[in-house]
Amino acid sequence: MVLDRLRRATPTKDPKKIPDGLWLKCPSCSKTVFKRLVEERLDCCPECNHHFKMPSGRRIANLIDDGTWVEWDANLVSGDPLGFVDGKPYPERIKQQQAKTGLKDAVLCGTGTMGSHPVGLGVMDFEFNGGSMGSVVGEKLTRMIERSTAAKMPAIIVSASGGARMQEGAISLMQMTKTSAALARHAEKGLPYISVLTNPTMAGVMASYASLGDVIIAEPKALIGFTGARVIQETIKQELPEGFQTSEFLFKHGQLDLIINRQDMKAELARIVGYLMAGRR
Amino acid sequence: MSAPFDFLDPLVKLEDKIAELEQLSQATGVTVLSEAESLREKLAVESRKLFSTLTPWQRVQLSRHPLRPQSSDYIDHMLEDYVPLAGDRRFADDEAILTGIGRLGDQPVMLVGQQKGKDVHERRRCNFGMPHPEGYRKAMAKMRLAEKFKIPVICLINTPGAVPGVEAEERGQSIAIAENIRDMALLRTPVICVVIGEGGSGGALGIGVGDRILMFENSYFSVISPEGCAAILWKDGAKKDLAAERLKLTGPELKKFGIVDEIIEEPAGGAHRQPVATAHGLKEVLLRHLRELQSLTVDELLERRYQKYRVIGEVRESA
Repeated sequence: MVLDRLRRATPTKDPKKIPDGLWLKCPSCSKTVFKRLVEERLDCCPECNHHFKMPSGRRIANLIDDGTWVEWDANLVSGDPLGFVDGKPYPERIKQQQAKTGLKDAVLCGTGTMGSHPVGLGVMDFEFNGGSMGSVVGEKLTRMIERSTAAKMPAIIVSASGGARMQEGAISLMQMTKTSAALARHAEKGLPYISVLTNPTMAGVMASYASLGDVIIAEPKALIGFTGARVIQETIKQELPEGFQTSEFLFKHGQLDLIINRQDMKAELARIVGYLMAGRR
Repeated sequence: MSAPFDFLDPLVKLEDKIAELEQLSQATGVTVLSEAESLREKLAVESRKLFSTLTPWQRVQLSRHPLRPQSSDYIDHMLEDYVPLAGDRRFADDEAILTGIGRLGDQPVMLVGQQKGKDVHERRRCNFGMPHPEGYRKAMAKMRLAEKFKIPVICLINTPGAVPGVEAEERGQSIAIAENIRDMALLRTPVICVVIGEGGSGGALGIGVGDRILMFENSYFSVISPEGCAAILWKDGAKKDLAAERLKLTGPELKKFGIVDEIIEEPAGGAHRQPVATAHGLKEVLLRHLRELQSLTVDELLERRYQKYRVIGEVRESA
């Protein structure tokens, strides 16, 4: 439910973007950097290592060994269970998001090898309606987890989301239960699940699968939490502590195993998966 | 701005008149019984009419009525020999969630109930029914206890949401709720969840996974409060009645989506009018569901619980 705040924080026409598309202004260090260099560094600032939001497709290409990715449920799309209208009907909103992103919904799921380990992988995409979780996100992730359980594979989910999708009401809320129940069964088989938190991971997503990893990893300086900072501030009417709800804040309070730079993520994930799967041989 | 319970005014006026007549007849000895009787009939008719046409927003308001029965009322009027159990064994005892063992008829049950508080002092202690992470951890600890000794769990949901705050975030509000959702999905004892008032989002779900989800007629279960939804979508908190309608957050609507199994009727005029009768009614409903659930093996129970949630959602394959 922090979507609104996040949306307002990133106006559609980003003034930081230099129009010719060759250069980017880093929101963290304010330096103007060559866009190609940022892309080469996996969407991180070459000056200050600020982690830009990463499209799900590029994330998968980075994490999965070349030529091994098989996408699952690529064509699953949302219904309109509530007949929800806010300004425009929900199905129109979905179509608009699909046209904007080239995605069907806010998560890509599938399997491939990661440093030669077969894994089930789900990657959320914040660009699609703020990465909000509705029926499609819940169903695709649940199927990915169930298939990983059946194939005795580790499961990995890379989260990026403002929370549950309001336009699907309590059905979105129930996706928290559906995915968590699937993870419970996956865990029962002694299989590892790793949760990777990226900027931002909030609310209903953070209060379900994103928090259930055997190992929980975050990218640096990601916004992570349950209630949005604005709501907390309105409630307690006090200044929030410095760095509140960042990866580093969660780490300090014992809620994360690791903070890992994007450039090192694949190698570290593969190493951890290797350790956790070693006992099964 | 109109008072939240304006829509109940016609009923309150009739009640006042009846009370006045009764007082009069007592004081003067003049019998006005027939007049009082006809007013009572009128009250019953008006009340039925009003309650059969409540809007979703009016139901949300009733779910928050200050006199609405709370978990402590159900403990008092539904359970016998109740033994309260406190603490999460880690950090604190969160009074926003009451836990304890009692008898429901002949059946021992573990009660886990969110509590808003009845007066200023209790409300402050209970944090208005908004649990901290230690509340969810306390709830889970007691549910584990119930599982170990094969005692069914009854969860009474009544929260505007988990507490928003710095300390809650520091102590892992998300993690506490997520772990409860996961662990309740596999808890090896029957779990019945009842929304007795407000079912506020993740804060409700933290004690809201079970074999049966029941809802009182005038309660709601939603991904976000109508006020929050209105503020985000229309930048106008006053559109909460519209938001309440759009969110489809009442029992009958949620039953259509397969989220809720049964709607529990309330006594005429709402649960707050007759807390004791309401509690007795719930007791019978719970015993009926418990009998059904206890006829299953634990593996059957867990498989059905899994499937109950597995099918929720609306997706299709696109071309």
